[in-house]
Amino acid sequence: MIRRVKHRYLALKIENTESLEEVDVRDALWSALIRLFGEYGASQAGLFLVQYDRQRKEAVLRCSHKALPMVQASIASVTTIKDKPVAMHVLRVSGTLRALRKRGLKQFL
Amino acid sequence: MTKFVDLHLCAPFRDVEKLRKMVTKSFELGYNLVGIPLPSNVEPDEVERLRKICSEADLDLVSRVDLTPKNTHELLNNLRRLRRKFEVVSVLCMSKPIARQAAKDRRVDLLSFPVAKPRNRFFDSAEAELASESSSSLEIDMTPLLSLEGFLRIRLISSLRREVAIAKSFRVPVVISSGATNDYLLRRPHDYSALAVLFNMDTSLALNTLSEIPLRIVERNRLKLIPDFVAPGLRVVRRRDP
Repeated sequence: MIRRVKHRYLALKIENTESLEEVDVRDALWSALIRLFGEYGASQAGLFLVQYDRQRKEAVLRCSHKALPMVQASIASVTTIKDKPVAMHVLRVSGTLRALRKRGLKQFL
Repeated sequence: MTKFVDLHLCAPFRDVEKLRKMVTKSFELGYNLVGIPLPSNVEPDEVERLRKICSEADLDLVSRVDLTPKNTHELLNNLRRLRRKFEVVSVLCMSKPIARQAAKDRRVDLLSFPVAKPRNRFFDSAEAELASESSSSLEIDMTPLLSLEGFLRIRLISSLRREVAIAKSFRVPVVISSGATNDYLLRRPHDYSALAVLFNMDTSLALNTLSEIPLRIVERNRLKLIPDFVAPGLRVVRRRDP
């Protein structure tokens, strides 16, 4: 029997000087993941950018729960986007989007 | 509640605005204590000024000195001169004799090794054995892990993995610190613990290296700097009136 894939949802805060497009954030996350863990590792992560708020500089990511440490390490390793300094901080990790909303990201979600 | 410590916040000592920004950011990211490396000839007034800036941001300042001696003689001289002036003493070991001397000296709190030259990272089993006897800790700065790229980062991760395994087998405490020179290089303690996965350190141990272990070093040294301190477990409780 095929087991259901469990996911984890991560709320991120992005710190930078300029506002970024969704595609820039997505590319930065993917390239950080590939740089640290290779294409094989990245293929196991199941990374997906669920939501991105350009004004509030916040994002919600989904990944496989087994790949959570890998994804968290990749997020922390992002230092630049388009040659501008950037820092990404994981605010919350949750099993469901609803729980993420309950834990205080109501306005954003 | 867990207190998180960043023992190596490389904030510019003279640039008050930037310093204030980095200290505030550290608090926002969840740190309670920060160690800022100070020049060895720093005046007590300047340390007080810095302490005030940190307390305004609800942070506790740990005064720290980074020694980069050229030989063992210079290391011993510096330790004799500076040990009682700073709460934390770190030695950047640039050669094997310095690394060995620093590891066996009880006055040294943190051993750090150059990032750029993996051959100059002298943390092997002999070094670990000396360090475990003198209760020195291995310091790992996370900024190079973020800023290096390609082959240099691969070599660094490989060195760190080996060093952490040696430290674990000889029970040498490991301290993870940021080594951040600007606020974009600062990360939350949990982000650092996630990065520690890269060198085979499990998350709970990594969180310990950011909280309990550095806190223990700071508390031990603060106790030693109290004028009534005589020896570990022995202090003056009362003096006879003259």
